[in-house]
Amino acid sequence: MSTLTLVRRRPGFRALRVSRPWLFYICAGFAAMIVVVALLAPWLAPADPNASDLSAALTGPSAAHLLGADGSGRDTLSRLILGSRTALLGPAAVVVFSTTLGVAVGVAAGWRGGWLDSVLSRSSELMLAFPGLLLAILFVSLYGTGLVAPIAALSLAYTPYVSRLARGLTLAERQRPYLAAYRVQGFSNWTICVRHLIPNIGPVILAQSTVNFGYALIDLAALSYLGLGVPPLTPDWGAMVNDGQSAMLQGQPLSAIVPCLAIVVTVVAFNVVGEHWADRVANREDARS
Amino acid sequence: MAEPVLEVSGLRKVFGSQVAVDDVSFAVAAGGSLGVVGESGSGKTTTARIIVGLEHADAGVVRIDGRDRDHVGRGARGADAGRGRAVGRSGRSGRSGRRAERLARARQVQMVFQDPFLSLDPRLPIGTALTEVLRLHHPDRDHSARVTELLDQVGLGTREATALPRGLSGGQRQRVAIAKALAVEPRVLVLDEAVAALDVSVQAQILNLLADLRAELGIAYVFITHDLGVVRCVTDEVVVMRRGAIVERGATETVLADPSHSYTRLLLESVPGPGWDPQLITAARRALAESEAELTPR
Amino acid sequence: MKTAQTLQTPQTLHIRGLRVSLPGTARPVLDGVDLEVGAGQTVALVGESGSGKTLTSRAALGMLPAGATASGIVEVDGQDVLTMDARALRRLRTTTAAMIFQDPRAGINPVRRVGDFLTEALRTNGAADKRTARKRALVLLDAVGLSERVLRQYPHELSGGMLQRVMIAASLMADPVLLLADEPTTALDVTTQAEIIALLRDLQSRFGTALLFVTHDLELAAVIADRVAVMYAGRIVETGPADQVFADPKHPYTAALLAATPRLDAPAGRLAVIPGRVPDPRTVIAGCAFAGRCAHAVDACVEERPETAAVPDRSEATVACWRSGTLTLQGGASRG
Repeated sequence: MSTLTLVRRRPGFRALRVSRPWLFYICAGFAAMIVVVALLAPWLAPADPNASDLSAALTGPSAAHLLGADGSGRDTLSRLILGSRTALLGPAAVVVFSTTLGVAVGVAAGWRGGWLDSVLSRSSELMLAFPGLLLAILFVSLYGTGLVAPIAALSLAYTPYVSRLARGLTLAERQRPYLAAYRVQGFSNWTICVRHLIPNIGPVILAQSTVNFGYALIDLAALSYLGLGVPPLTPDWGAMVNDGQSAMLQGQPLSAIVPCLAIVVTVVAFNVVGEHWADRVANREDARS
Repeated sequence: MAEPVLEVSGLRKVFGSQVAVDDVSFAVAAGGSLGVVGESGSGKTTTARIIVGLEHADAGVVRIDGRDRDHVGRGARGADAGRGRAVGRSGRSGRSGRRAERLARARQVQMVFQDPFLSLDPRLPIGTALTEVLRLHHPDRDHSARVTELLDQVGLGTREATALPRGLSGGQRQRVAIAKALAVEPRVLVLDEAVAALDVSVQAQILNLLADLRAELGIAYVFITHDLGVVRCVTDEVVVMRRGAIVERGATETVLADPSHSYTRLLLESVPGPGWDPQLITAARRALAESEAELTPR
Repeated sequence: MKTAQTLQTPQTLHIRGLRVSLPGTARPVLDGVDLEVGAGQTVALVGESGSGKTLTSRAALGMLPAGATASGIVEVDGQDVLTMDARALRRLRTTTAAMIFQDPRAGINPVRRVGDFLTEALRTNGAADKRTARKRALVLLDAVGLSERVLRQYPHELSGGMLQRVMIAASLMADPVLLLADEPTTALDVTTQAEIIALLRDLQSRFGTALLFVTHDLELAAVIADRVAVMYAGRIVETGPADQVFADPKHPYTAALLAATPRLDAPAGRLAVIPGRVPDPRTVIAGCAFAGRCAHAVDACVEERPETAAVPDRSEATVACWRSGTLTLQGGASRG
């Protein structure tokens, strides 16, 4: 069982596999803080994120602009705070869609088996071979910029990670006689899967989805950086990095570094939380069997 | 024999090149108890799984009260059991027809599994697990009263109703598994090594409980086991299986006291007791294997 | 071949007053266990789950659960196990004593050939070179009735019975003086069980190994062992010659266990049930641990713990029961 509960990580993130409790609490606290900031963003932001104060353009931290201002004189702190909304909303949508779809596909493949399993598994592998970012760029070129196309593309791209995990977990859980007992008792396959199978494999899936959240954030930021994500003027961390490039060349790197830091720290926080959950579920599984 | 409640005839199941069940036929009288004895690889568990519908037989019929359980000749995998069964045959169609068929089939046969630690949903309190079954099968009854009654029947108190499976001992979990099967009110209960994983003192409690329940409810048992002592204790009749086929059958007392097949004799001699001689058993086992090797053409 | 050594020490395994406590329990999980296994002798340790029988056998190899504290004496071949350092323990486990487990598949690396598994311990230990180890493996495979071909096979190609033979061969590789077998036949079919027991007996008489056979099966214990020790809730409640303990038990628990076992030679019908369950290790027990379930218990049983006393007219037999002198208990022989 525990071999299957291993959540998939990108190679660069393997070093992050730390289950020290204090790190988890710090990261969980940070993640919660970001969520609160995003919810209260309009009230927290000290200035209008799109108001140009050209006199402050490319200046460092000051009383008026705590984190300075960018090349157009927009307040970096306000843009950072407002940007947290798109930074979280995009990945959240990706995670919700990919988890729902992935669980449906994975459970159906693992439970029904046979030709359905072959079809679903092969198409998942096909999806895995196709880079998510490339798919997103393809979608954007077909359907235009905006958040919808990249979210749809990334949701599709992340589905195989969830579905493969869900399929493996379903195959393992299927072996447990309690599911056979429900079948003998006359419960429908739908009821057994929805009421018993999915809740029992759910914690592991959620851990994977939390990790996916961080990756989706990076991918969406990268798209925004390329100018393919959010519409112009909407505050967004990825776009801010792009905007900050010119400021960087002119010796005021703060407006680019701050959103970079925000991205990295948020991704790490969600990764650590997801990893920790996965470890905890794995330990509980071991204790159970 | 009185009118049989369960009738199995000509059951056959092949896994790859391995014949797991080979022309197995037997009948169980209403309220009777049949032991199916055999070692690992004898096909006894596959037979049980075919009876309850977790496997599909390649050939043969399972009848309850003379009615075909309609498990036969379907190549589909286990998970879609019950799908599309009633359609086009009984004239009923759609979801409700399939559902009624599924529930009717569940009320024919129920099963208790070997491992009490894996046969309950780890997330559900005992009472909820029982209510769930009752809601499916008897939606218009007072569930809480029935849950108390069922728990009482298997020797558990209402205190256990709120407990999760992990808070119970192996014996208590097996009582819950029995209560869940009884909640459906089946005609036949298939017990697959249901006491094999329990300690001797707990095993005795469960065996007595099963004897009491049979006397009280008139439910028929198919008792799958490798333990001849258990067979003697809870069954009226017995079939002995070896390599997928039945080699001997008869009243339990007769078969155990005066076995006619050399394999049954070997099984009996293998049970530790006075005069037990492992050397002799080993020799007898070799002799049996050799005589069989001569019989089967290569 | 070990006779020269074992003659100096009367007992191959000598356990005296072994007390093991685990964190989170109110009373010791092993509470003053005394056990002796002589050279070439078979002793069966019988009990239900939670009785401490497995813990006792593992203590002989110095294998205690994490956080456990142990006191008392555990000697294997005259060496004190409880005071050994990690190196001495490793030497004990590879050369002096060996263990066979219930599930042979759990103890063997599935991706390595049987031959490597058999010779591994001897070779890494430096006790033998590759040729010698292989020669020894061949001798033992022959002794357990397997052919040389098995050396090149993988564990999954063998049946449970064959694999248990491999495990037995492996345990004898270093020619140990003590073999600890923890329910070695429970996972096997009855006819296979008989073969494995026949094999163990044969090997024991050839190599003079002492055998501690841990089992839940009193009937099996009675037919294979010279002496049995019955455990309940961390204590040995009765010991004695196997046939006598079985035919004429002196402790009510032994008698109740015999009566609760479905047997081929007992009258059919309802079994005599032991009411209640094994006491929770988180509760403190002042008197006899079995008193709450015992049909013969009197006030004294609940109030004060019975001392282990010798059984009159029986050699090397003990019982821990206040009432054993006055009770007449049903044994396994009073059948028919």
